[in-house]
Amino acid sequence: MSNNSANSSNLVIAQKAVKQLRLEASVRRIKVSQAASDLKTFCLQNAHKDPLLMGVPSSDNPFRPPKSCALF
Amino acid sequence: FSGSFGEVYQTFHLSIYMSSNNKFSISPEMATQEVQPNETLSNLKAESDTLKTKLEDERAKLHDVELHQVAEKVDGLGQFIMKTRRTLKGHGNKVLCMDWCKDKRRIVSSSQDGKVIVWDAFTTNKEHAVTMPCTWVMACAYAPSGCAVACGGLDNKCSVYPLSLDKNENLAAKKKSVAMHTNYLSACSFTNSDMQILTSSGDGTCALWDVESGQLLQSFHGHAADVLCLDLAPSETGNTFISGGCDKKANVWDMRSGQCIQSFETHESDINSVRYYPSGDAFASGSDDATCRLYDLRADREVAIYSKESIIFGASSVDFSLSGRLLFGGYNDYTINVWDVLKGTRVSILFGHENRVSALRVSPDGTAFCSGSWDHTLRVWA
Repeated sequence: MSNNSANSSNLVIAQKAVKQLRLEASVRRIKVSQAASDLKTFCLQNAHKDPLLMGVPSSDNPFRPPKSCALF
Repeated sequence: FSGSFGEVYQTFHLSIYMSSNNKFSISPEMATQEVQPNETLSNLKAESDTLKTKLEDERAKLHDVELHQVAEKVDGLGQFIMKTRRTLKGHGNKVLCMDWCKDKRRIVSSSQDGKVIVWDAFTTNKEHAVTMPCTWVMACAYAPSGCAVACGGLDNKCSVYPLSLDKNENLAAKKKSVAMHTNYLSACSFTNSDMQILTSSGDGTCALWDVESGQLLQSFHGHAADVLCLDLAPSETGNTFISGGCDKKANVWDMRSGQCIQSFETHESDINSVRYYPSGDAFASGSDDATCRLYDLRADREVAIYSKESIIFGASSVDFSLSGRLLFGGYNDYTINVWDVLKGTRVSILFGHENRVSALRVSPDGTAFCSGSWDHTLRVWA
């Protein structure tokens, strides 16, 4: 690769990097307090449906009863 | 990766952009469109540095509180009694990857020994086994229909095997090669149908493929080193996915345009695992820096770090419980740590594996989770 084409490749790489950073800088953001509050709300609203969190009675969880309970 | 390798690497990818001009979203003409022709390399570097500082400032302005502060009034979690309920034995070497079937009972796993096994986790029976032509099958995934599995590794490919109801049929005969990378396959996932597969590779790229034709539909360039993991957004939240790599970055991608829309670089080492929070508004990562972290996509920043001074080995694999309140992390010190996502504290530590935990997934209905390990076994916990 000649020196000139190496220079122009580096230039295009740098242009691409700047374009990407402009895109990322322009992302619309919300405050952490709002985002965190929404995460908390989601957890709490769905907690009752979360078997690993609430624990389910052995009779309802297919994995809980030990294999040796199988009747066959 | 140090600067010089990164530059050579990026030049290599740039030459791909130049040569095939219809599949990638940024053409050389577009890249130069908004930039003045007389801008030199040093001007661009200066602008690049300014933009990076601006990005950090913008993110910092909105950092008004910590997640655990918002969660102060939330009830703490009690004692968790989670035990190994099933042990799946049969692999002859390290288990590298696993995935659940949507039916909540079948599991596919892959190993360094070249074998891919489909198990019924309720009974622990092996239902199918395939021997791959390579060792180190680092990636495997179940198709949404439950009728096929995808896998790959050191062969640099992702292949799809339809699962036959006839147990005697040779699965390898029906194998379909779908993805071709120029380095190892690190992860794969079907999208919401059996028709498309998303892959990540040691060649630094991710790619979306049509299963039937093997055609490359979209390519994702932006990581400066091996991409180790990926996860698709929950279907309600649209067409994005996340990836993590050896460049310590976690990237969020638009599947249609191929564009990287957000990027997070707070980890201090390779990111081995990324997983979306169930609402799709955040994601967790596990890294060789011995921490797991939570990133909120709407706040565009890291909002929690899950770490302890006593945890010094890397986290290889992470997943959330159904409500997102618990984060399970499999670590290289053979343990599984369970974290309270909101409060940032560890609620449980699970022992059982006799070597590194390399894979971990919660079942589709959240009743259990499965871990795979270098000790050749998989364990189902509940």
